[in-house]
Amino acid sequence: MDGFRDKLPHMDLMRSEKMTLVQLIIPVESAHRSITYLGELGLLQFRDLNADKSPFQRTFATQVKRCGEMSRKLRFFKDQIDKAGLRCLPRHELEPDTELGDLERQLADHEHEVLEMNSNSEKLRQTYNELLEFKIVLQKASGFLVSSNAHAIGDETELHESTYSNNGFVESSSLLEQEMRPEPFNQSGLRFINGIINKEKLLRFERILFRATRGNMLFNQTPSDEEIIDPSTSEMVEKNVFVVFFSGEQARTKILKICEAFGANCYPVPEDTTKQRQLTREVLSRLSDLEATLHAGTRHRNNALNAVGYSLTKWMTTVRREKAVYDTLNMLSFDVTKKCLVGEGWCPTFAKTQIREVLQRATSDSNSQVGVIFHVMHAVESPPTYFRTNKLTNAFQEIIDAYGVARYQEANPAVYSVVTYPFLFAVMFGDWGHGLCLLLGALYLLARERKLSKQKLGSFMEMLFGGRYVILLMALFSIYCGLIYNEFFSVPFHIFGGSAYKCRDATCSDAYTAGLVKYRDPYPFGVDPSWRGSRSELPYLNSLKMKMSILLGIAQMNLGLILSFFNARFFGSSLDIRYQFIPQMIFLNSLFGYLSLLIIIKWWTGSQADLYHVMIYMFLSPTEELGQNELFWGQRPLQILLLLMAFIAVPWMLFPKPFALRKIHMERFQGRTYDLLGTSEVDIDVEPDSARSHQEEEFNFSEIFVHQLIHSIEFVLGSVSNTASYLRLWALSLAHSELSTVFYEKVLLLAWGYENILVRLIGVLVFAFATAFILLMMETLSAFLHALRLHWVEFMGKFFHGDGYKFVPFSFALISDDDD
Amino acid sequence: MYGFEALTFNIHSGYLEAIVRGHRAGLLTTADYNNLCQCENLDDIKMHLSATKYGPYLQNEPSPLHTTTIVEKCTLKLVDDYKHMICQATEPMSTFLEYIRYGHMIDNVVLIVTGTLHERDVQELIEKCHPLGMFDSIATLAVAQNMRELYRLVLVDTPLAPYFSECLTSEDLDDMNIEIMRNTLYKAYLEDFYKFCQKLGGATSEIMSDLLAFEADRRAVNITINSIGTELTREDRKKLYSNFGLLYPYGHEELAICEDIDQVRGVMEKYPPYQAIFSKMSYGESQMLDKAFYEEEVRRLCLAFEQQFHYGVFFAYMRLREQEIRNLMWISECVAQNQKSRIHDSVVYMF
Repeated sequence: MDGFRDKLPHMDLMRSEKMTLVQLIIPVESAHRSITYLGELGLLQFRDLNADKSPFQRTFATQVKRCGEMSRKLRFFKDQIDKAGLRCLPRHELEPDTELGDLERQLADHEHEVLEMNSNSEKLRQTYNELLEFKIVLQKASGFLVSSNAHAIGDETELHESTYSNNGFVESSSLLEQEMRPEPFNQSGLRFINGIINKEKLLRFERILFRATRGNMLFNQTPSDEEIIDPSTSEMVEKNVFVVFFSGEQARTKILKICEAFGANCYPVPEDTTKQRQLTREVLSRLSDLEATLHAGTRHRNNALNAVGYSLTKWMTTVRREKAVYDTLNMLSFDVTKKCLVGEGWCPTFAKTQIREVLQRATSDSNSQVGVIFHVMHAVESPPTYFRTNKLTNAFQEIIDAYGVARYQEANPAVYSVVTYPFLFAVMFGDWGHGLCLLLGALYLLARERKLSKQKLGSFMEMLFGGRYVILLMALFSIYCGLIYNEFFSVPFHIFGGSAYKCRDATCSDAYTAGLVKYRDPYPFGVDPSWRGSRSELPYLNSLKMKMSILLGIAQMNLGLILSFFNARFFGSSLDIRYQFIPQMIFLNSLFGYLSLLIIIKWWTGSQADLYHVMIYMFLSPTEELGQNELFWGQRPLQILLLLMAFIAVPWMLFPKPFALRKIHMERFQGRTYDLLGTSEVDIDVEPDSARSHQEEEFNFSEIFVHQLIHSIEFVLGSVSNTASYLRLWALSLAHSELSTVFYEKVLLLAWGYENILVRLIGVLVFAFATAFILLMMETLSAFLHALRLHWVEFMGKFFHGDGYKFVPFSFALISDDDD
Repeated sequence: MYGFEALTFNIHSGYLEAIVRGHRAGLLTTADYNNLCQCENLDDIKMHLSATKYGPYLQNEPSPLHTTTIVEKCTLKLVDDYKHMICQATEPMSTFLEYIRYGHMIDNVVLIVTGTLHERDVQELIEKCHPLGMFDSIATLAVAQNMRELYRLVLVDTPLAPYFSECLTSEDLDDMNIEIMRNTLYKAYLEDFYKFCQKLGGATSEIMSDLLAFEADRRAVNITINSIGTELTREDRKKLYSNFGLLYPYGHEELAICEDIDQVRGVMEKYPPYQAIFSKMSYGESQMLDKAFYEEEVRRLCLAFEQQFHYGVFFAYMRLREQEIRNLMWISECVAQNQKSRIHDSVVYMF
């Protein structure tokens, strides 16, 4: 037995990297450099030794704060540059790395400069905007005043006329004006205020004015034709120019207050037209002056911003890195002498030499007298899980990680899913036409890989791009399965030679009712093309796909069980092999493994036996004669044997393990009564925060028993329901082929039957959209999800614990853009 | 349909309830407060808050911070939460959420009117207003000279208009008047809110009645204590009490005639829920009363989260955030003025 076990292949590649807990003792003078170099290497995950301290109590809190402040300044610059609409390409020439202190000073200078320029230009801009508003008010208001003057004169003359002619012609709309305007403005104390106000506020403004003056006012407004910048908020707004006529000093203060409250800017407009013109001219000339000044200011500011923009990206990465370094330094603790920093962390075992080299380099570069001490520690806590993946395996690893990160050194299902995942997908999505479309999409993504990986994509595109290799494999497998199913947009093709079947007569009218006649050797690969649309098509395909689904399912579940064996062997748990793996294997294979055997024998012999009947009566009356359903000699005794084995397997997987565990625990406990005292003293000097701090787990028999009970019941019921669950392969594949048949025959061919070009065009369009959106997108998604479920539940449920945690090394490459 | 909210509540309000519960999870915990209390300066506070939900709001503030900036930014977070929720809300929840604002509106109106009375700059006053209580023509309040004008000019357009029916006098505004106006408005507001919640029925009415009754009782006690030794008559005082709550009506009768704090205490100790609050204080003391009431309120607000399918959680969340911002303000003030020993005087822990 042992000899056999040793001959089994090692599965090192299928497991996560071996990890080591290491301790670093770094002299203070080389600490920063060491951490920076480690960050560049990116293979060490630091443990937080100061978890009980809040962020600002840690050693390097001030530096972190400084970095935070610097990144705030950098964000400010970026914001300013974006606002100014500048596009700064980072200069590619390598500048020497700036010291943090220098950079801080530089940033402060730049910020000061920009802020000063901003405040200057803001003042100018405000004046400019005010003048602009004034200009508009002047232009519009002169319109009001002139027209009202004319109106007034007109009214007077009208009044004269009315007294003359007694025709009583009075404009009803100008009643109010007539009341107010018989005399010239100034004598009656009738005055006006001109101003400009936001368009949205206009109505409320007018209402409040009306209420406040009890209706004793006249309000007139007109929209300013252009959008202008509000002087106080510097946003583009639509404004309306208004004029209020009123009388009395009290009303004036009220109106002014209301104007202020509404943010309406009031401007003095002289009544005299000549004065008005003069003022307008003045305003215009000042406007053009200001414009020139503003231009110069903006140019100056843009230059300054450009200067910043050149190195902005570089600075941002520098600051981000520095912050990460200090954050990491904060995770280290000081040793007693305060001269060294002590850090603990996980690294992959293979990286130890690399880390040593890097640390040596750091020591020599910072001219430190003392080297960094690097040694391996014994760990009690479970190490993190780290898989070295490449572009292709990464996507599959992600799929597995979405379910749960593998326990440390547990068998990794991602290795198998590289093949099984796209294959199960393809069983459901088998159509080589659709597969080709997918392949084109995947190839497009691959061809533009270099370009796309650099730019930011939308969430959907990101997902597609991340899974480009999954899509590629899915497409290839779909083409393969599609060739087997002989489906190309549901059109059969004679690729591998002629069909083995022919119609009964020349018209082929009874193909659906009576079926076809075989006249030569079977079609060499896949489903015979002549069967499409014939009587035997559906029964044949259903039978094929259903049985195939069960075979695939049993194979995959057996693989899962075998992996559980390898896990148990790797972790040295013979209990799991003896009381879990073996009975599970027996149970699954004596029932469903036997079914698979029957299926294969039936295919091999071409027997007419009814497998449902065999399986059902195997339970109901195992001793009864099988009759015509007998497939091979000795089937009945074999069935009885298998049934007995299955029945024995259930208590086998349920009872022995908890009792064995209890026995082991009792033995260990009894043996340890004496040496506990001895070991406890050794444990005392373990640092409290260290990973070595161990915890004594409580042994609770009832809990373990219940757990085992649940596990066994789940397995027994699961082996039935999981096998049934694999029938989704058949169901989805059927649905896919039927849907594509419907779109092809009922849309494309139907439309093609008409001579009308328009109908044909619509038919082609509908077919194209249905193919693209329903078959290529939705069906892909649904097949993807079903394959996902088959892996997560049916396959991984057999062996995968998934309670590990990911290895997150301190690496500059990983922190590049998480801040944005 | 009491007891059947679970059937239909989630159709319109499930999303928002999920949101508000998520927000609740972002409230600062006792551990956070302990850390905050150890801060040496305001930058430390900023640093600590950057790890909380306030992080994005504070991250772009340049370094010499002020307490006002912290409070302003934290309030901004509350307002953003509120706006997000009210945008998503449908009737009757949107009305419910609107009701939460009215208290702030009353406070803002009073703030502006008092400010103008003392001839302060309107813009400055507006900056001090709580952003939740802003309405469009709030700045126009400065124009009004008396209550009637106040109402006629501005408030008639706001939802506060109906509450004004009781305080329409032509008297000129003075401090006393304004304070009475505030309390009358508040009374009308609480009663209206109470009625609205009753109308909603179900768990909402049950929980909100409790919370609002507590609020009303607390106001009654505060009015009593604040009016001791002023020229307010007993009848006037009684008019300011809201007509619901645990103290209504007999407690109000007794409170109305109280002449000193110990008499108030005597009245309140007859009511078991308030006995605990008053038993914490020594005789003749009223400073700690506010804190005790706040603590009790926070306790009740937290309890509102124990039930599902009601609107009380929204009210509770808003109140808890406000309390949190008060806590932050107190902590920042203490840190800024080097009075760290007094930090614990006024911080109300929540979870």
